Amino acid sequence: MSKLDALFQRDTEDLAQEAQRITRQYWGRAISLFAPLYISNFCENACVYCGFSSRMHIKREKLTPEQIDAECKALAATGIQNVLLLTGESHIKSPLSYLIEAVEIAKKYFPNIAVEVQPMDTDDYRQLVAAGVDGMTCFQETYDEALYPSLHPKGRKHDYRYRLGTPYRAAEAGIRRVGFGALLGLNDWRPEVEALFAHVADVENRFPGTDIAISFPRLLPIEGALVKPKPISDEVLVRIMCIARILFPRVCITLSTRENARFRDNVLPIMVTQISAASATTVGGYARPRVDHDGQFAPSDERSLAEVKKMLITKGYDPVFTDWRRL
Amino acid sequence: MSELVIGGVSLSSRFLLGTGKFKSKQELQEVIQRSKTDVVTVALRRIDIEKNEDNIVSYIPEGVTLLANTSGARNAKEAVRIARMSRETGLGNWVKIEIMTDSKYLLPDNQETIKATEILAAEGFVVLPYVSPDLYVARDLVKAGAAAVMPLGSLIGSNQGLRTRTLIEVLINEIHEVPIIVDAGIGRPSHAAEAMEIGADAVLVNTAVASAEHPALMAEAFAQAVAAGRLAWEAGAGDQSAIARASSPLTGFLHE
Repeated sequence: MSKLDALFQRDTEDLAQEAQRITRQYWGRAISLFAPLYISNFCENACVYCGFSSRMHIKREKLTPEQIDAECKALAATGIQNVLLLTGESHIKSPLSYLIEAVEIAKKYFPNIAVEVQPMDTDDYRQLVAAGVDGMTCFQETYDEALYPSLHPKGRKHDYRYRLGTPYRAAEAGIRRVGFGALLGLNDWRPEVEALFAHVADVENRFPGTDIAISFPRLLPIEGALVKPKPISDEVLVRIMCIARILFPRVCITLSTRENARFRDNVLPIMVTQISAASATTVGGYARPRVDHDGQFAPSDERSLAEVKKMLITKGYDPVFTDWRRL
Repeated sequence: MSELVIGGVSLSSRFLLGTGKFKSKQELQEVIQRSKTDVVTVALRRIDIEKNEDNIVSYIPEGVTLLANTSGARNAKEAVRIARMSRETGLGNWVKIEIMTDSKYLLPDNQETIKATEILAAEGFVVLPYVSPDLYVARDLVKAGAAAVMPLGSLIGSNQGLRTRTLIEVLINEIHEVPIIVDAGIGRPSHAAEAMEIGADAVLVNTAVASAEHPALMAEAFAQAVAAGRLAWEAGAGDQSAIARASSPLTGFLHE
């Protein structure tokens, strides 16, 4: 029986106890906070499950430098210091030059910047690092190479292998933290999780100096999307996250506002080390919160940063706003 | 108990405390008081430089020396920049060099640490480098101007105790110019006492205190263990022996 099989056979509470013990030992009682900031929702792909898909008739927008500045200013004013800049995947509307410009602006407000944008070549990542990017995230979505093309019928994302190689190129370019994730619900979860862990382990072995973060997004049903999610129960998700912690004690485990407050508050003390809070998932959503816009997903946890901070303190956690500052 | 002098400063406690992993700054403050430590390490990356409110530094009592660490640095260049940033921010000129390029084991990069020590010592910093215990490295650090050498007892955060004891003993025996401070891996007060009994000049502990059920109580336990271990070293503990030694030797008659 493999190590993973043995873990999957264990009782959930038993896994949770071990995951918490490891998390407390390696990470202590500290939880880092970050927030996403969407600067563009133009996308060349047509992922059948996504609200930003080029097939979807949503209002498209790309922030101007002045708007990015206003957006950063509004988010920084809430106290957030770690920002994740997001775009749809478009080499035309949000090319490298646009991203670099956005990073240069965001630098004025945030000591720590990560990006979740279209996958790029190593040299492009080098330019992002030089501009001031500390982290990047690229979800493989599904690790099933046969299923992948049908879910990503169009655009550069159609190339499974190129996407799979993305964390390697980013690490090679010197990005400090590389984020992984499989979009749970696209496929049966077990093979996805096994492949995700193998991917993480391989990058960890090849790039021992790179910090790794893993997210476990559950696919939310999107109006008009062509795929209905295969449900992942709360218990299954908790088990997966516990096993991730046991296998990778030093990996950052991220939990976003896709999950509701009750789930987040209960799972947080077990293995989570980083959460997003008070997230706007629409382009320009911080400076213009009332503009009617289609987000990538609707956050399930809509508490303010102050409320999340208070919750962390009540639970005996130190909310960490700055965990790395650009040198 | 004799005083410890680092970088020209006399310290009455030989217990240095790390400030990570605590649940709140109030808890940390209580831990510092109870530990009676004279030196605390703070990761510059965790300090909210821009804001005074809730800044970790404001919870550190007057008279306790701040030892900024370069946690997060991947090479000498980054460590040097962090140290300079720390001094410019007003955190003083004590710096613990911590350079890691392995996210899994978090072992320090000795070569890069020597380079950073040389540069920062020349700039007037009081440099405390954290390294894997190695005699050649320790000698190079002394030459580079380190104010102490801080070998790891076992992997950082592992609470495994003095797994590198033999190598640390070599440093204690051979390096006399600067103090040897055992940093990382000390998980129990008994480990700290052991390090002091074999002649380490001080210990630095964080995880073992922060991950205790009652951190402030554990801090006090460590303080006592460190003091006891030091006293034992100064008292000259008798040799250990695997077999009993008769207090009336069998061959005593030969000398009568």
